[in-house]
Amino acid sequence: MTQRSSVLQAARRAPLAPRWPKKVASTLLTMAVTVLGLLFVTFMIGRVMPIDPVLAVIGERATQAQYDATFRELGLDKSLVSQFFIYVRDVLHWDFGTSIRTGQQVSTDIARVFPATLELATLGTLIGVIIGVPLGVVAAVYRGSWIDQTARVVGLVGYSMPIFWLGLMGLLIFYGILGWVAGPGRLGVFYQGVVPTVTGLMLIDTLLAGEWTIFKDAFSHIILPASLLGYFSLAYISRMTRSFMLEQLNAEYITTARVKGLSEWEVVWKHAFRNIRIQLITVIALAYANLLEGSVLTEIIFAWPGLGSYITTSLLSNDMNSVLGGTVVIGTIFVALNIFSDLLYRFFDPRAK
Amino acid sequence: MKMTDPSTLRAWLLAEAPTSRRQARASAWYVGWLNLRSNTLAMAGLIFLALLLLAAVFAPFLASHDPFAQDLGARLLAPGTDGHLFGTDSLGRDIYSRVLYGARISIYIVLLVALVAPLLGLIIGTVAGYAGGWLDVVLMRVTDIFLAFPRLILALAFVAALGAGIENAVLAISLTAWPPYARIARAETLTIRNSDFIHAIRLQGAGPVRIVMRHIWPLCISSLVIRVTLDMAGIILTAAGLGFLGLGAQPPSPEWGAMVSEGRKFILDHWWVATVPGLAIFSISLAFNLLGDGLRDVLDPKEGGA
Repeated sequence: MTQRSSVLQAARRAPLAPRWPKKVASTLLTMAVTVLGLLFVTFMIGRVMPIDPVLAVIGERATQAQYDATFRELGLDKSLVSQFFIYVRDVLHWDFGTSIRTGQQVSTDIARVFPATLELATLGTLIGVIIGVPLGVVAAVYRGSWIDQTARVVGLVGYSMPIFWLGLMGLLIFYGILGWVAGPGRLGVFYQGVVPTVTGLMLIDTLLAGEWTIFKDAFSHIILPASLLGYFSLAYISRMTRSFMLEQLNAEYITTARVKGLSEWEVVWKHAFRNIRIQLITVIALAYANLLEGSVLTEIIFAWPGLGSYITTSLLSNDMNSVLGGTVVIGTIFVALNIFSDLLYRFFDPRAK
Repeated sequence: MKMTDPSTLRAWLLAEAPTSRRQARASAWYVGWLNLRSNTLAMAGLIFLALLLLAAVFAPFLASHDPFAQDLGARLLAPGTDGHLFGTDSLGRDIYSRVLYGARISIYIVLLVALVAPLLGLIIGTVAGYAGGWLDVVLMRVTDIFLAFPRLILALAFVAALGAGIENAVLAISLTAWPPYARIARAETLTIRNSDFIHAIRLQGAGPVRIVMRHIWPLCISSLVIRVTLDMAGIILTAAGLGFLGLGAQPPSPEWGAMVSEGRKFILDHWWVATVPGLAIFSISLAFNLLGDGLRDVLDPKEGGA
């Protein structure tokens, strides 16, 4: 007993609060190092590619003098190390260079197309969470039942499905055959440019402008790609929810709760579910990051004018500044979400010590 | 046990007390196989993959047409017309034969990635785990950095820099796929490193290279194999995605992702052009997922049923 109480005292003495800043600092440092690594990789990709960056700017017919001037202007006469530092400095100043394809700053381009991707991925994650979490919980509670089997099949199919092909099939069935939704694109032709851009999110902008008809049109365009993306996050979320719930339901405190005579509803939702909330949030953050990436292929199928379409179109026209800029933006968000979920987990789950 | 004649091989394999190292090893494999065989879904996946492998090997005998032969008079024929089982594409090529030959490309890509990425991870992970110290810290930090990257986007950027093509796609996927293997290999190495038999070998005068390659690598293989099988579907989907974007195998090669991309133009009027190769991608990755799940249940019982 004495030993135990001394442990307890030690635990009480250990100050909880002062450790937080240290943790935050180390997490931020991790993130900074990771983003620096990301920049290093994109920088190297930009250096090893077989395209001459000078010719890409000035064209084939420039004189040698022009070539040399641009060569110096782009900083290519400096050492690789200082070039890398210049690159990092520019990126930190939100400068990715000029896009050869659009003739604009890559950062301006990205700011323009990003809301479309954000809207799609957010709606997709919402759909995945709203269906996936209850499905996972029910599958765990009725382990081995037909619901559990269904959840398993839904997951396996989701993990095995080529996202671009599912998009095509969805378009064929719901647009081509059934005519339930609108086709590719973000808005019908007649509504383009009618609604002023406020947030860049079409569903919100149309509501702000009070354009109910256009809202319905936008919704009809977004619902199919968002549902398909939602299906992929559903597959992941429901599977993780199920395995977290199983872990809880097998714990002794659940037996205690049942013995106390609590209703099954209270046991499942008030006891077990409450304990997996933090884990769930980390999973949802990861699912969200995956959707941002997964939207690349979906955007192409649905002609969705987002970051994914932007990167691939630039890729096919050898516009490396845009490709690398887009990669850095998606990569940084990805890293941030990853680290955010890790941080959340370590802060709020006392078991993760 | 309904077996009428007790098979001696079976008895030898299931012996309670194996008398030789070879018997013990064979016995372990046999018991694992029995477990796997009782898992219906995993067996379905395995059988499908075996059939697919056979189909790829014997594609010239099974194909009804030349996969590259164009016949503009027979463009976009519906499935079943004129002996075209799955119809024809926009250049009049037989889709069935192309899907069959496409299996070769997919298997080629998957095998290459499944060799390169785990090998890379194995080397990095075991070196980090065995050497320890600053080398471990640096290598694991690099691994974490790569692990935090979005894989498809990074593969896209790699292929963009290296140029489109199958080999570059393989390289790009491998460069983004190795970190999980490095983590696994390092974890295994850490548990093995201080075991008695490694100390014994070291006392016999074995150097670090020999210890890592001859004694640590073999023990890492089984966990890597499970992970690779589970990752196969992801590799196929990434490769098909690159093909779909026009960054993988180049036309006229019958790569499934590229075939879907081609069929995309006709999706509303001639659905089969994109549907059939897409189904092929779906079935092969589903088969790998089923097999991977089953293997994990067999080889790693603590994860089972999750």
